Amino acid sequence: MAKVENKPARKTAANVLPAERLHELFREMLLIRRFEEKVEERFRAGELPGFLHVCIGQEAVASGVCAALEPDDVIASTHRAHGHTIAKGTHVNAVMAELYGKSEGCSHGYGGSMHLYDVEQGNLGANAVVGGGFPAIVGAALAFQFRKQPRVGVAFFGDGATNTGTFHESLNLAQLWKVPALFVLEMNGWAESTPISQHSPIEDFSQRAVAFGMRSVEVDGQDVEAVYAATREAREHAVSGKGPVFLNVRTYRLVGHYIGDPQVYREKDEVNDLRESKDPIELLRGRLELSDEEFEALDTEIEAIVEGSVEFAKAGTDPKPEDALKYVYA
Amino acid sequence: MPELTYREAVRDALSNAMREDDDVFIMGEDIAEMGGSMGVTQGMLAEFGPERVRNTPISEMAIVGTGIGAAMQGMRPVVEIMYQDFLTLSMEQLVNQAAKHRTMSGGQVKVPLTIRTQGGAGWSPGAQHAQQLESWFVHVPGLKVVYPSTPEDVRGLLWSSIYDDNPVIFFEHRLLYPLKGAVPDEIEPIELGKARVMREGSDVTVVAIGRMVPEALQAADDADKEGISVEVVDPRTLLPLDEETIVASVKKTTRCVTAHEAVTRGGFGAELAAVVQQGAFDYLDAPIERVGAKFAPLAFAPAMEQWVVPHAADVLEAVKRTVARS
Repeated sequence: MAKVENKPARKTAANVLPAERLHELFREMLLIRRFEEKVEERFRAGELPGFLHVCIGQEAVASGVCAALEPDDVIASTHRAHGHTIAKGTHVNAVMAELYGKSEGCSHGYGGSMHLYDVEQGNLGANAVVGGGFPAIVGAALAFQFRKQPRVGVAFFGDGATNTGTFHESLNLAQLWKVPALFVLEMNGWAESTPISQHSPIEDFSQRAVAFGMRSVEVDGQDVEAVYAATREAREHAVSGKGPVFLNVRTYRLVGHYIGDPQVYREKDEVNDLRESKDPIELLRGRLELSDEEFEALDTEIEAIVEGSVEFAKAGTDPKPEDALKYVYA
Repeated sequence: MPELTYREAVRDALSNAMREDDDVFIMGEDIAEMGGSMGVTQGMLAEFGPERVRNTPISEMAIVGTGIGAAMQGMRPVVEIMYQDFLTLSMEQLVNQAAKHRTMSGGQVKVPLTIRTQGGAGWSPGAQHAQQLESWFVHVPGLKVVYPSTPEDVRGLLWSSIYDDNPVIFFEHRLLYPLKGAVPDEIEPIELGKARVMREGSDVTVVAIGRMVPEALQAADDADKEGISVEVVDPRTLLPLDEETIVASVKKTTRCVTAHEAVTRGGFGAELAAVVQQGAFDYLDAPIERVGAKFAPLAFAPAMEQWVVPHAADVLEAVKRTVARS
């Protein structure tokens, strides 16, 4: 019978982040935050087509998991994809250009916010169908197993996705075949506007993985070091042939489901309290004991990078209308 | 030339691809020890082992989706969906994932996946094991759809489907499996998107797919006895479609009948009729006739089943209707 590991991952040389690396992750999380704040601003200014979901509050999951992966590892993301994509190595210029629908975008203007791809960086695509990306990660991991490559496939998803058929079929198959896959549940407590009490008869989603005999680990998703350590351990488990791992990562969506969501389904105070107590960037800033001057200097530098991404995007190339037919077939 | 059954021809293409190429593997329900519910993969477990001939749980979404993921890594999986009725369970993966990854990624991704499936009426399987759903997939940009009717074609087209860099839905018909036919000594790949003129004629063109190809050939023999010369064209690939061969045939004969086992309404015959009227309008001497199943879930009792699905006699009647117009 598989067990749920609810202790923090053991601190070993392999899973403790050196101070320098931790600072880099702080920088990356702040970059994701400022990037998405800028995206919201530009969307409200009417510059961005489509609709957008931001991951504000969940940055430590994206950064902690991706930092623990090797460059050849692959991920599948969700409709809330900006953080995962940036953390897996795509430059913010390419992400912003995609949101503006430009040829310089990471999906060359064919995908948009919910379909960010960057195969060179191991991003096999963000999926706008909740649960749609699970089986492909099992398939990628199966290919790694076939070829005896020490690589893992990582599926990001939310608690709402654990109610889809693909979740159950994919976890069953992944454990049955012991493929090197990691299932990273970003447990933010909401399926769009629907709380767990209305979408699941159980609150402990680890039970769903354990039911397939899969190892499950509980992780504090607001603590990037904890996410990193748990992912390192899980990755080691998976590539050593012991089978996939389910990471039950508790995190908090400090914003609405989409930009512009009035969030009529939850109390304003609740969001404000969470912003005070659960902001992963503030938590890490405290732990790093950054002075105000240090923080301001970093923030100014990052604001300039983000502003630069907007300029890059706006100066980008609009695809020709007829290019819409270019990639229907290989 | 050697003879193979349609079933053996499918197996021969799969086995040869797996012998030559480590990236090819097959997976599906009951395909290993049992050799598939239709016996197509019998003996393959012994030759290739359980890693490459993989039994799966009853999980159509995961079967197709896992194939997509392995294909995106450059493997060439061939997955089997036991009955095409069960494609409905994997529709999300086929339509939203397999068909769209390449475009959504701006050309970064290829999905060289083949999905083999079968079905068809004629043995009282009832309404959930006999549908013909090929036309659904012709409506989805990014997919290719193949439906061969002879041993030679099924072997050559399956080979080409495996080596196509796009997701291919490959339809086989249950009643065609025992059909024997001559095949080349070596597998000759058949290009997707090329029709075959199965029989030449001068009065009416019958464009038929799947089981209705042998039925149309039978109808052509019968028509011949009544002095009507029928040309039978099998598109073999529905997507992409060889419009040129079909239109050229109708320009020659000036009449057209379409024939498939799927229900007529919204069936592939409607697309064929649109292609023919656009390409050969000024040549047509009669309205295009469509032959297909009556609009009902397939009933179990043989008398009802046989009445619902079309046969050679239905094709012959349609042929005669087109000739009677002029």
